[in-house]
Amino acid sequence: MDSELNIGIYKKKKQQRKQLIEAGIIIAIALIFAIILPIVLPAFRLRLFGRFLALTIVALGIDLIWGYTGLLSLGHGIFFALGGYAIAMHLKLQIPEGQLPDFFTLYGVNKLPWFWQPFYSFPFTLVALVVIPGIVAGLLGYLVFRNRIKGVYFSILTQAALLVFFNFFNGQQKLINGTNGLKTDTERIFDLLVSSATVQRTFYILTVIFLVLIYLFCRWLTSGRFGRLLIAIRDDETRVRFSGYDPTGFKVLVFAISGAIAGIAGALYTVQTGIITPAIMQVAFSIEMVIWVAVGGRGTLIGAIIGTLLVRLAQTFLSERFPQVWLFFQGALFLTVVTVLPNGIVGWFKDYAWQKVQFLLGLRQPLVTYPQIEEDPAIQREREQLTRE
Amino acid sequence: MTNKILEIENLTVSFDGFKALNNLNFSMNAGELRVIIGPNGAGKTTFLDVITGKVQPTKGRVLFKGKNLKKIPEHKITRMGIGRKFQTPRVYLNLTVRENLDLVANRNKNVFPTLFGYSSSTEKRNVAGLIETIGLDAKADLLADLLSHGEKQRLEIGMLVAQSPDLLLVDEPAAGLTDEETANVGALLLSLAERHSIIAIEHDMEFVRQIAQDKVTVLHQGSVLCEGKMEQVQNDPRVIEVYLGEPPEE
Repeated sequence: MDSELNIGIYKKKKQQRKQLIEAGIIIAIALIFAIILPIVLPAFRLRLFGRFLALTIVALGIDLIWGYTGLLSLGHGIFFALGGYAIAMHLKLQIPEGQLPDFFTLYGVNKLPWFWQPFYSFPFTLVALVVIPGIVAGLLGYLVFRNRIKGVYFSILTQAALLVFFNFFNGQQKLINGTNGLKTDTERIFDLLVSSATVQRTFYILTVIFLVLIYLFCRWLTSGRFGRLLIAIRDDETRVRFSGYDPTGFKVLVFAISGAIAGIAGALYTVQTGIITPAIMQVAFSIEMVIWVAVGGRGTLIGAIIGTLLVRLAQTFLSERFPQVWLFFQGALFLTVVTVLPNGIVGWFKDYAWQKVQFLLGLRQPLVTYPQIEEDPAIQREREQLTRE
Repeated sequence: MTNKILEIENLTVSFDGFKALNNLNFSMNAGELRVIIGPNGAGKTTFLDVITGKVQPTKGRVLFKGKNLKKIPEHKITRMGIGRKFQTPRVYLNLTVRENLDLVANRNKNVFPTLFGYSSSTEKRNVAGLIETIGLDAKADLLADLLSHGEKQRLEIGMLVAQSPDLLLVDEPAAGLTDEETANVGALLLSLAERHSIIAIEHDMEFVRQIAQDKVTVLHQGSVLCEGKMEQVQNDPRVIEVYLGEPPEE
């Protein structure tokens, strides 16, 4: 009994040490991103990198539902755009009282549409850019999951929903400037120009902070019982029902959370891009989000971040040098990942490369298939008996 | 009056006109271990599907502890106290043995308690005890994917018990096991029968002989062909004709 207790304490200490190391790494990387990069990179590059970091946030949301819960959404552009439009509407309203945002006059609108009104308020906007995408995702999820629609049918439905939203936003000039979108660069926030270097740097640092917070939030979600249940739903939903859980509620919740995360990402992306248009809801962009997660590794949160940065940085680098062939690279990358590395880069590293590294460094390789000899109670008992005799 | 845990009255299930179950009547007492046998296509699995709510009856009704199970979703039936083990072991392969058990041992299975709750020390102790009962202590922290077929079977039975159901439905627990493993599973079922009511569906007559202490029910073409002690059933001419076949000449 004593030894069991000792093993328990030892395990706990080991776990705590691991957590400390991980927290240290996260803080170090966040500090590099938040403090060193703004000094090293020119403003233009920094802004670009900030946008990429915003995209990693939406990738985290996709990993949550696809990698953990097995729901492949091809419609995350909706939630991303909703967050972006929410912040853009607020910025558009930073004008002297009584005036309308400039584009309205083009279409002969002289009264602010009712749904613009609450966006005068900054706190409301902050809440709205999380809650509205969350609610839309939750509703969509509820309708779909309640009817036990799964797999490919779910993916097709999300893509259809994306097209509906795209066409709606595209067609409504008088409400949200249609296909031209909302330009935020020339607007002011707290009496500062949005495109000015200080504001952009603040947005960049905010993006880093949100990325860390949302990463930790996703870690918390996926590490406990809730996370294990998500994995169980992914692997065998019918069995989950017979374990006494109703998968519908869990799926709706996690889909809503994923939508809300996409909303935050959309807002951060919009202010660093300078404009939001319905083009953000094109089919290709939502599929690209899925590709980032696939490249990085499904079911590993860090993989979603790495995948996004890798694809996007490669895109920037290659499209600057070989503008015509970039899309071929992207296709090749996706094909390679799907055929050679089905678990993505991080999955490959975990399953294969890490062991190689350990081997090269001469570290002991842990056995996974059977209990290690030292920890096998049967062997320990035998040893005790032998020493007693 | 004896305490009936399960009563089934005039149950008919038809799939596009094909009657998988045909006017079936069945009842069992609390605490009983009932074995159901029958040839392929006799409706054994459909029988379990109806009880657990996976399939809705076309006609007739199923009463569990006197309550009609009509239109109650699967997870609620499970929470009422019916646990089911599937034909092939269905455990969560990407979770460890301990996590598998912890998930089903969870007392409150609604969304938010699961999100914010932690496993209580009673639950932890229950899980640890169960791991010992099913004999997987050395592999408690291994992924279920790495277990052998027999170990998965035992884990799944452990998961059933963790739900602390009143009625256990076990579908072919001995399928694909070695003789030794079969004997293990049989012993496990018998020890469980002390505190639970169990319905076991089985093909392996050797195994049926091991576990059938109470009644055996023979299903044929969607209805009950006969019911009784093992010896009676074995010697019933109708059962021999449709299922067992003539005993080899000696």
